[in-house]
Amino acid sequence: MTAVIDVHGLVKTFGDKRVVDDLSLRVGKGQIYGFLGPNGSGKTTTLRMLCGLLTPDAGSGTCLGFDIRRDSAEIKRRTGYMTQKFSLYEDLTIRENLDFVGRVYGLGRLRGRVDAALDRLGLAGRQKQLAGQLSGGWKQRLALAACILHEPDLLLLDEPTAGVDPKARRDFWDQIHTLAGDGLTVLVSTHYMDEAERCHEILYIAYGRLIARGTIAEVIATHDLATWSVEGPGLHLLSAELQKLPGVDTVAAFGSVLHVCGRDAELLEKSIAPYRARADLHWQRTSPSLEDIFIQLMAGLDNNGAPRKRATDESARP
Amino acid sequence: MRLFSFSRFLAILAKEFIQMRRDRLTFGMMMGVPLMQLLLFGYAINTDPKNLPAVAVVAENSNFTRSLLTAMEKTGYIRFVGAPVDEATSDLMLRRGEVQFAVHIPPAFAEDLVRGKTPALLVEADATDPVATGNAVSALQGLDASALIHDLKGPLAGLEKGAAPFEVRLHKRYNAEGITQYNIVPGLMGVVLTMTMVMMTSLAVTRERERGTMENLLAMPVQPAEVMLGKIIPYIAVGYVQVTIIVAAARYLFAVPLQGSLLLLSLAAIIFIAANLAVGFTFSTLSTNQLQAMQMSTFFFLPSLLLSGFMFPFRGMPVWAQVLGEALPLTHFLRVVRGILLKGNGWDDIWPNLWPILAFLAAASILALVRYRRTLD
Repeated sequence: MTAVIDVHGLVKTFGDKRVVDDLSLRVGKGQIYGFLGPNGSGKTTTLRMLCGLLTPDAGSGTCLGFDIRRDSAEIKRRTGYMTQKFSLYEDLTIRENLDFVGRVYGLGRLRGRVDAALDRLGLAGRQKQLAGQLSGGWKQRLALAACILHEPDLLLLDEPTAGVDPKARRDFWDQIHTLAGDGLTVLVSTHYMDEAERCHEILYIAYGRLIARGTIAEVIATHDLATWSVEGPGLHLLSAELQKLPGVDTVAAFGSVLHVCGRDAELLEKSIAPYRARADLHWQRTSPSLEDIFIQLMAGLDNNGAPRKRATDESARP
Repeated sequence: MRLFSFSRFLAILAKEFIQMRRDRLTFGMMMGVPLMQLLLFGYAINTDPKNLPAVAVVAENSNFTRSLLTAMEKTGYIRFVGAPVDEATSDLMLRRGEVQFAVHIPPAFAEDLVRGKTPALLVEADATDPVATGNAVSALQGLDASALIHDLKGPLAGLEKGAAPFEVRLHKRYNAEGITQYNIVPGLMGVVLTMTMVMMTSLAVTRERERGTMENLLAMPVQPAEVMLGKIIPYIAVGYVQVTIIVAAARYLFAVPLQGSLLLLSLAAIIFIAANLAVGFTFSTLSTNQLQAMQMSTFFFLPSLLLSGFMFPFRGMPVWAQVLGEALPLTHFLRVVRGILLKGNGWDDIWPNLWPILAFLAAASILALVRYRRTLD
């Protein structure tokens, strides 16, 4: 496997805050990598360093075979970067935006390319509309069209589906899979667990460090986490009670079900035994979800003295 | 809901103070601009300029001549630069604005004076700026026999009394009627260009940054020079429209005589416009939001207006203010545009004022390119 991204020891500091801390990353061709982690964990900063928007304070490596420090111009030419916030021109029409991007990349047969991009993303009927008048979903389609117009080898997508409805998100992911099928490598940051599950592999970072990676099954298997689900009345009160028990690391509500997780399976089982005896509660041993793992990972870091983050706020329920 | 709640009002008040304190640059500008105005108006501006540079053309060197020239300097209004020169040189110096006055002493001046023939001496004034020359002209015309008091002795003592034994003839060049518009309207071209060009480009990069489009632009393979030129050139076109309007207005509304080549004027204008755009671009790389960019433009525009010689005579200002003025492109452009339009200046005449604008353009462009960030660091 030739590495599309191969970086070692990346460090980026803003002020006295080490946003990315000794991050090493190696990703292969034609795969979709989900880049996960709580807010402020350094996802955006890492993506920006990969495409030359930020200079790393330390560390080195290659992106598409080019040095990330020296050859950022070459990397930019072959990479599509979709920013978190819509960053095309709101006072240009869809077509004008695409024409502009195409000219900046010096693309030949521009008219045909733009037509094709408009068709592929279903934007042809709206090409004369100003980008600023588009709804979130359409803006996101336009942004994607703009960053794949020059047929890049690598796509870096920074929370591309934030604020987009489920239908548009699904369409978007179908697009991403088609592109990856054609050999494009995609690194996409997200907070949505269902999106993480659509990636070939996930990379989880927290406090600027890569703390877990692999396929979803691998990540779940590696972090041997005993998980019980419980259903019944008065779950919110129960949740508070369970949280205090020894061996219970996290308790999270998934609709009308609570997930109770702990690293020490025996201790957990002992702690919840009295509750399992209750007739109104229905307990079941289950496998942890990806979210359980991540919340667990965050909790683990908290114990190591890192500042407490509220990871659950941003993660959507699957 | 009460109509006016004191606590709600206090909440807004407190928030405004916090925001004001956060934006240091804006606060600095609010303090800096009035202070700058105070200092410039207070110290630099003088509508009664003294020691204006003059040159003498002496056809006959006599005691009378020397006494007269000394008496002229003693009025305090003029100061002879260097030794007397010939007619052609004095003409060139006037045309190029190196001197404000040329004093011509005719041949046989002493002889005519002694014979009581009341010889005339000619004072040529560069009257493009009537305000600057007004008082000096009056002072020179007021010269009388007392100027020659040391020379009118013995048999000539009689000339001391009565009317002056010589006549001062004044020739106002370039603006014979002393019409203020002739000076103001061409100058306005430079002022309008400075104001609009700097402001427009100062918003250019700042706007991209504020709207978040800068991140996308930087992620694409564009070079700083491409961004800068691409952003500047549309405004050169806008600047040309302004120049055309002002020249047309000068000609048809204010009947300003257009002496020189309009082609030369447009060449000078393009350099001046580019210099201002480069300044604006530099500001836009320095400021973090559009408000700051506007304030920086004001900070540049104000001294340009006051120290360039547009509003007040350049030669009336103290030396430090003149030095500051010389560093501003508007000062030089005003001389160029007035020179071309009012005096019919050619390439050789305007070059001494054109190269400083070019130098300014080069410096501002380099600064802008150095300041322009290719990354978000």
